[in-house]
Amino acid sequence: MSRIVVGPFNRVEGDLEVSLDVESGQVAAARVNSPLFRGFEQILVGRPPADALVIVPRICGICSVAQSAAAATALAALAGVAPPPNGVLARHLIQAVENLADHLSHFYLFFMPDFARPAYAGRPWHGELAPRFRAVDGAAAPELLRTRARFLNLLGFLAGRWPHTLALQPGGSTRALTVAERIRVLALLREFRGFLEGTLFGDRLEAFAALAHVDELDTWAAGRAADFPRFLRAAADLGLARCGRAGDRFLSFGAYGLYPAGTWQAGAVDNLDVARVREDVSHAWLIDGDPRPPAQGETVVAADKAGAYTWCKAPRYAGEAFETGALARQMVAGHPLLVDFVARHGASVTARITARMVELAMLVPHMEAWVRALVPGEPFCFSAELPESGEAAGLVEAARGSLGHWLSLRRGRIERYQIIAPTTWNFSPRDAAGLPGPLEAALVGLPAGDGALPTVQHVVRSFDPCMVCTVH
Amino acid sequence: MTAASFRVVWLQSGGCGGCTQSLLCAEPRPLFDELRDAGIEFVWHPALSEASGAEALQILDDCAEGRRPFEALCIEGALLRGPNGSGRFHLMSGDGRPLADWAARLAARARWVFAVGACSAWGGFSASTPGNPLEACGLQYETDEPGGLLGEDFRSGSGLPVVNIAGCPIHPGWLVDTLEKAALEGLTAADLDGFGRPLLYAEQLVHHACARNEYYEFKASAQKHSDLGCLMENLGCRGTQAHADCNLRLWNGSGSCLRGGYACIACTEPGFEAPGHAFQETHKVAGIPVGLPVDMPKAWFVALAALSKSATPKRVRENAQSDHPVVRPLLKKGGK
Repeated sequence: MSRIVVGPFNRVEGDLEVSLDVESGQVAAARVNSPLFRGFEQILVGRPPADALVIVPRICGICSVAQSAAAATALAALAGVAPPPNGVLARHLIQAVENLADHLSHFYLFFMPDFARPAYAGRPWHGELAPRFRAVDGAAAPELLRTRARFLNLLGFLAGRWPHTLALQPGGSTRALTVAERIRVLALLREFRGFLEGTLFGDRLEAFAALAHVDELDTWAAGRAADFPRFLRAAADLGLARCGRAGDRFLSFGAYGLYPAGTWQAGAVDNLDVARVREDVSHAWLIDGDPRPPAQGETVVAADKAGAYTWCKAPRYAGEAFETGALARQMVAGHPLLVDFVARHGASVTARITARMVELAMLVPHMEAWVRALVPGEPFCFSAELPESGEAAGLVEAARGSLGHWLSLRRGRIERYQIIAPTTWNFSPRDAAGLPGPLEAALVGLPAGDGALPTVQHVVRSFDPCMVCTVH
Repeated sequence: MTAASFRVVWLQSGGCGGCTQSLLCAEPRPLFDELRDAGIEFVWHPALSEASGAEALQILDDCAEGRRPFEALCIEGALLRGPNGSGRFHLMSGDGRPLADWAARLAARARWVFAVGACSAWGGFSASTPGNPLEACGLQYETDEPGGLLGEDFRSGSGLPVVNIAGCPIHPGWLVDTLEKAALEGLTAADLDGFGRPLLYAEQLVHHACARNEYYEFKASAQKHSDLGCLMENLGCRGTQAHADCNLRLWNGSGSCLRGGYACIACTEPGFEAPGHAFQETHKVAGIPVGLPVDMPKAWFVALAALSKSATPKRVRENAQSDHPVVRPLLKKGGK
């Protein structure tokens, strides 16, 4: 057996190192290390509660809005306030812009460049994909960057700027849209739809979102001149629908009033019971203790701890490792195409990428409807009076999956603040029982070592990890 | 220097990656086209380059050892020296040496060193935990004190100290314009302010071109979030003290913090992370904001505020406390 340490594992958000034990050219065991510790949970302690709205977006430059939304949700619960209808719509829109921009950045900037690698020279699709998706100077990059920047112009209108906005407040949004701005916002959405339909899908969003079976998807993709079908043809050649299965247990906190909260395992959807979440610290450089519910969580550094190999805690739901993200959201929501994928071969590279594409296609029409439902002149934000003490949680979905904030206040200050981010779930280390995290499980059995195809690279990036959120 | 030789090595340390995410929003031209045509290329960037693992480490080592030339080093994120000076809060993946050591080795070879964002410039939020257990710092500052990882006396190959493109995050234009200035014309000390920030964005105040300036003139203040009025008196806005051109350059097309309806927290200033009071409430003594506009004598501010409040038109007063205009500007016939 030999050990390979892969790092810096780049084209992910933040720092990642993956250790692979390799036997006979295959991964026998994997360990995932999140090598950066910034201590945001400590930064928050002792601050006035509303300061969380300034501090938590800065955990993450790629899902700062999701962090805002989790804090605003928790503070709204403490204040006993619910935003007005315009505030709810504005929050949906702001979150959807970030989530979809992230899906798009992941596909073009982080994930697809691996298909341009020289290791694939000679594959039937390589001549088409390599010049298009090569990192930085690929032909797809200019249009993608222009589209992404223009799409994020929506947040210039709705949230002042991105990343790191303060527009999301417990009582709604600070930014009331005018009649004139509504017209511009709809125009930006049309422009984005044009890119998706012309360049990414080569079809109407509604037509793609309606595909209900893997066979229908394969027929749809055949010969279609667009970027996602191009990926599907390469993925079929490489068998990526059979690569990267973790435990096939899925978790979602629910989003937009469209995708329900819940879990999926062994073919069945169940209600979410947050009381079943525990964080294990046995393999993290943190002081040992029994697994704790996040509302009672501690984060105390023990940099010399024997047996530890990451700064990441290991969240578990009912003692099991759960995968979260777009695929998990769609499994809990019962999208037939993704359910069919998982029924055939379990979660996989292809299934995870397809789930993001399904969300791009589904959400843009909803965004168009949300903008039309805004009523300029009606309120976007209610006042929120925060109590001196209390406890609350804010559970939201970021692009990469379930994000939870648990906080308590005492004498008008933050007493405790604990965060479990999506990649904390997906890239968690082993727990005290030795149960590996989802990525650690997904890597076992993949080809590795000298001359191996970059399958490990595809599987790791299929989760779209956000390492800065993972440890925070 | 020819227009085809400005090579950039980029590392991310104790930060959120948001400066890179913001940079990718560069407009009007797509970022990669904009930089390429100015002769600027990435030798390696953690979020963007194909090279991964051992191949990436080889590139970085070649740069650090002088075997591979490059002009600019961009560091995003605070440098974490803890615990106990070991740097183990952030080790380079796949390598095991502290990222701060890599930053220092590369800085010694660079013609220009750019601190990208508030974390890399001053230490950022990572340095603001009481007692700074992370031992976090900026490249050449610890909050507003010179020093930091490289020390007060550090000079890059060009003879300049670290160029602090401070902000949380950076505006994409601040970095693109600074890199292009360095690549095409060079930078001198005369291009930087007293904190090492490029004057091309830091000689303005956020207040300049603020869309709420009429409310500011009359001290017609917002009382709650989403109100249209000036955010200085009650909601914590520091735009009259923050050095940046946010309301002239605008963010994401048409935005800024003020245009988004929330306070400027002065994220380009050292120490903004720990203001000593709630971010979204104005710190006052005897009813007067402590943070007055820069360059403005307090007595004059108080006198003018009292005068202008007494002269506030009904339109401005009423619109200030609404989230949409409830009184429109008067119509006049015949252009008189």
